[in-house]
Amino acid sequence: MTDARVDMAVKGGVSPTAIPNPPKRSASALAFDVLLWGGLAIVLIASFGKVDMQNFGRLFSGSENISTYGAELLQPDWGAIFPPGDFWTSFKAIFTQPTASLAGQMWLTVQIALWGTFLAVFLALPLSLMASRNIAPGWMVFIVRRVMDLLRSIPDLVIATLFIVAVGLGPLAGVLALALNTGGVLAKLFSEAVESIDKGPVEGVRATGAGQLHEIVWGVFPQVAPLWTSFALYRFESNSRAATVLGLIGAGGIGQTLFESIQAFDYSRVAAIAIVIVVAVTLIDTLSQVMRKRLL
Amino acid sequence: MSSSAAAAAPGLVSARDVSKTFGSRKALDGVSVEVASGEMVALIGPSGSGKSTLLRSITGLQSIDPGKGTISVFGETVQKDGRVTGAVRKARGKLGMIFQQFNLVGRLSLFSNVMLGALGRLPAWQGLLGAWPKADKDKAMAALHRVGVSDYAAQRANTLSGGQQQRGAIARAIVQGAKAILADEPVASLDPVSARKVMELLVELNQRDGLGVIVTLHQVDYAIRYCDRVIALQGGKVVYDGPSTALDQARLIEIYGPEFEDAFWETKA
Repeated sequence: MTDARVDMAVKGGVSPTAIPNPPKRSASALAFDVLLWGGLAIVLIASFGKVDMQNFGRLFSGSENISTYGAELLQPDWGAIFPPGDFWTSFKAIFTQPTASLAGQMWLTVQIALWGTFLAVFLALPLSLMASRNIAPGWMVFIVRRVMDLLRSIPDLVIATLFIVAVGLGPLAGVLALALNTGGVLAKLFSEAVESIDKGPVEGVRATGAGQLHEIVWGVFPQVAPLWTSFALYRFESNSRAATVLGLIGAGGIGQTLFESIQAFDYSRVAAIAIVIVVAVTLIDTLSQVMRKRLL
Repeated sequence: MSSSAAAAAPGLVSARDVSKTFGSRKALDGVSVEVASGEMVALIGPSGSGKSTLLRSITGLQSIDPGKGTISVFGETVQKDGRVTGAVRKARGKLGMIFQQFNLVGRLSLFSNVMLGALGRLPAWQGLLGAWPKADKDKAMAALHRVGVSDYAAQRANTLSGGQQQRGAIARAIVQGAKAILADEPVASLDPVSARKVMELLVELNQRDGLGVIVTLHQVDYAIRYCDRVIALQGGKVVYDGPSTALDQARLIEIYGPEFEDAFWETKA
């Protein structure tokens, strides 16, 4: 019992013993913090040598390789970016003959990302509702969450390899791989949005005698729509990058061209491809950010 | 209007020996209440006395404790053995619920919100697609006009003031074709002018349309002014059930304690 509290108690006209003690952090909470941060420090120290961190200095000293290849990288093959011909023919060829130019290949990659994300939204919609504690029963939430974990934990490169076996080389394998992986991610994000909604409007709808589907369509969807759209757009952004990587294993698009150019030591073409990817991804990022800002 | 009317027909609410426990706190402790179909009843009592809990139990928004407690609405049992029964949807259709926080869907237009009142009686697919029949749309606009907010029909509900939203919520109950209105602190979040307007609307629905009204109120002066019958709860028990005119100072001290004047809003006793 401190003096300040006795003073306050006397002024307020109550017995000092009636004022409860200030809250204290429990020993178990403190132990948990020590364990968490201490554990992280130990793991970081232990893995220092395992990831060759002692070679970090090489990044700045041994760079002859960079100067050898750098020369070619500094002279990008600008001519390969757009299809030949006057402006209009060139512009049309980007969309009609994807393999004729790097811009066309990039557009193909964006289309893979678009379809992958589109299918993922349809996969995530029912999954997310079944994984939300305020909508679905506990046992269903548990099962669906494990399925979602599985979808998210398999890298899309691995899923794409499986789909290449199933549907053959080409963009469809990429689309399906993105759809499954992104479906898992979006379902988790969507369900978190659903779990944080205000239950008032849902009760308002329920109190009119509406059914459970009505509650979801009229009480839940309007509340999560901006967030869901924003998440889907964000995943489209990252899928545009992921689709590039998928090209490396034969799922078509700019990634495949990149892989072929690297194997052919055609570094000026590699440089042009890098430029196309950076410009396209930046464009998509900016566009989707502008759209997301307007939504929220 | 009178509390003795319609004794034979099933009343609006019949709650028998209802208890509800949250953790270790008894929100309702053996409450029995009978309300006839055309009554206008105020539920009063200090914060945490169980008013809202009782109202939410009647619409089955929350289940009551298992045991002998039962609640029936217009003759249909909605709560029994601690479970909300399958008849609750039908019963909810007959009860228009008004909430303290309005509970409109903020991103939908006021009109859409009022249309949601039709969900309970339209075929399920029509409600899902929002394919409202022309007759129901007209009904919604008429209801909005009646409560005085038809000018804001196209606006998003969350852009409207509290009073406008609450009147929209009443319009939703009208479109629902409710036979009674349960209002949970309908004026607690409103300014005095909007509050009076909302209370007058409830009185009008009671007197002109013959709807039963059960309204929980913080403000005793409102209960006395607008309602014929008052049920007072304290610590989850009914401590008064009778005409509002018989609520004298002694009664109020019994319900609210010596600081009973705090329970008045506009006119200090």
